[in-house]
Amino acid sequence: MSSISAKFKLVKAPIYSHCFNNERNLLAITCENNCYVYKLNNGQAILAATLADHDKTVTAVDISVHGRIVTCSQDRNAIVWEPLSDGSYKPTLVLLRINRAATCVKWAANGYKFAVGSSARIISVCYYEQDNDWWVSKHIKKPIKSTINTLSWHENGVLLACGGTDGYIRIFSGFVKGLDSKEQVAGCPWGDKFPFGALVGEWYHGAWIHDVKWRSQAEKLAYVAHDSSLNVLDYRGQPKRVDNIDGLPFKALIWIDDHTILCGGYSCHPVLFTEDNSGWKFARNLDKTTSTEKPTSFTGVSGNDQEEEEEHSFGMSALKKFKELDLKGKISAQQERSTHENAITCLFPFSETSRGVSQVSSSGLDGKIVIFNL
Amino acid sequence: MSQSLRPYLNAVRYSLQAALNLSNFSSQDIERHNRPEVEVVNNSAEILLQPMHIARNEHEQVLIETSVNSVRMSIKIKQADEIEQILVYRFTRFLEQRAESFYILRRVPIQGYSISFLITHRHTETMITEKLIDFIIEFMEEVDKEISEIKLFLNARARFVAEAYLGEFVY
Repeated sequence: MSSISAKFKLVKAPIYSHCFNNERNLLAITCENNCYVYKLNNGQAILAATLADHDKTVTAVDISVHGRIVTCSQDRNAIVWEPLSDGSYKPTLVLLRINRAATCVKWAANGYKFAVGSSARIISVCYYEQDNDWWVSKHIKKPIKSTINTLSWHENGVLLACGGTDGYIRIFSGFVKGLDSKEQVAGCPWGDKFPFGALVGEWYHGAWIHDVKWRSQAEKLAYVAHDSSLNVLDYRGQPKRVDNIDGLPFKALIWIDDHTILCGGYSCHPVLFTEDNSGWKFARNLDKTTSTEKPTSFTGVSGNDQEEEEEHSFGMSALKKFKELDLKGKISAQQERSTHENAITCLFPFSETSRGVSQVSSSGLDGKIVIFNL
Repeated sequence: MSQSLRPYLNAVRYSLQAALNLSNFSSQDIERHNRPEVEVVNNSAEILLQPMHIARNEHEQVLIETSVNSVRMSIKIKQADEIEQILVYRFTRFLEQRAESFYILRRVPIQGYSISFLITHRHTETMITEKLIDFIIEFMEEVDKEISEIKLFLNARARFVAEAYLGEFVY
């Protein structure tokens, strides 16, 4: 298929999150209790390092502009991995001060702080403290009522959007004194004052929010929810909604340009949405299988076969009958499947041109990383 | 297949497709736990969805309960008379005793139903969801046939036994 530029079958377990570094030659994925780092070389992914300090499922990974890797896990911890000159990584535990699983992590654009969402109904904004030589965190608690599923930093490094199972989309200020300056938010249309933890905006959607992403240049925010909708909102008003025609929810989304969004989720293939004068609408499917029609019977005997069978001798048909009994419940005429055989969990911009993202990488529950051409 | 069975099974299939979109979700109530939220007493109602109840008639019903990381599906198998009641009970018990080799089978059905399946995010991550649904639909198709077949065998055997036994008294 032409829309696929590369695919890697890396692990046998689900990949919940993946991330490339700035030069796009290093790939980090989560796999069970570990995080694997691969070097990309001539279209091959070679395992470079295993980051194995977590003792429960690693839920998210992110790489900063400086090459630091941060992982977070259901064991309530986040770890920052500092790359050393010999290719290994030095772990530093982050004091998250949460008592439930950490679910998602995102570096701010400047790479000096990151935010961790958790099941403890808390967002921890973490930054490096020179005096104590460790990563400390500040909490955003109110008014979060349930698990945070997803986070996204605005490019100005202050606005932090989040979504979770309480069905609210919220924008907080993640302004850290001494780290951020007022110039970063000068002329910001979302408000005037941004003290740490202030609630800048709140919208009720009603279904679990799976992913949220800023489009900083356009001052827009897009999110996908469990009611299989994609929604786009700006500072002026209500979210604009468009539904997945497959009817299945999306798990991830990514902005291609100001008027295009790519989504991926339980329908196992990415879907492109575009905006025109009439609003957001479905544009096309990438890598969708042509035959979605399910075979109604699972024994797989078509009419033609039966006619041919009668010409054969009696013994042959008895043999065939016997074989069919043996296969009972196992065959369902091999359907063509999309490249991802299970849900897509995470989308990442692999390469960008001046017009927008030109290649997108996706990770799935099937343990694959696929790079799509747009 | 009879006319009304097809739409019933289709309704179950589409409901399952809608329900089986699960994520790995760690407990919000208990530290370091990751448990099927549909099975535990929950004080966070937002992670449970509205249960779906599909009924073909009063004897054949399906209940699908969904949560963020697990789905519980219960089937009420048709039981027209007392013999069928016993047969269904025996048949499901036979399966439930071997639940670990069926992966998604629940050991005890929930109140009012004959057999229950519990599907968690681990199952949807390791198996192809579409095939999982096919399996359940096929099970529903087969089980009625199976029960009526057993009933026929039972009746035939009862007749044979009765003839053999009562033959003693014929003179």
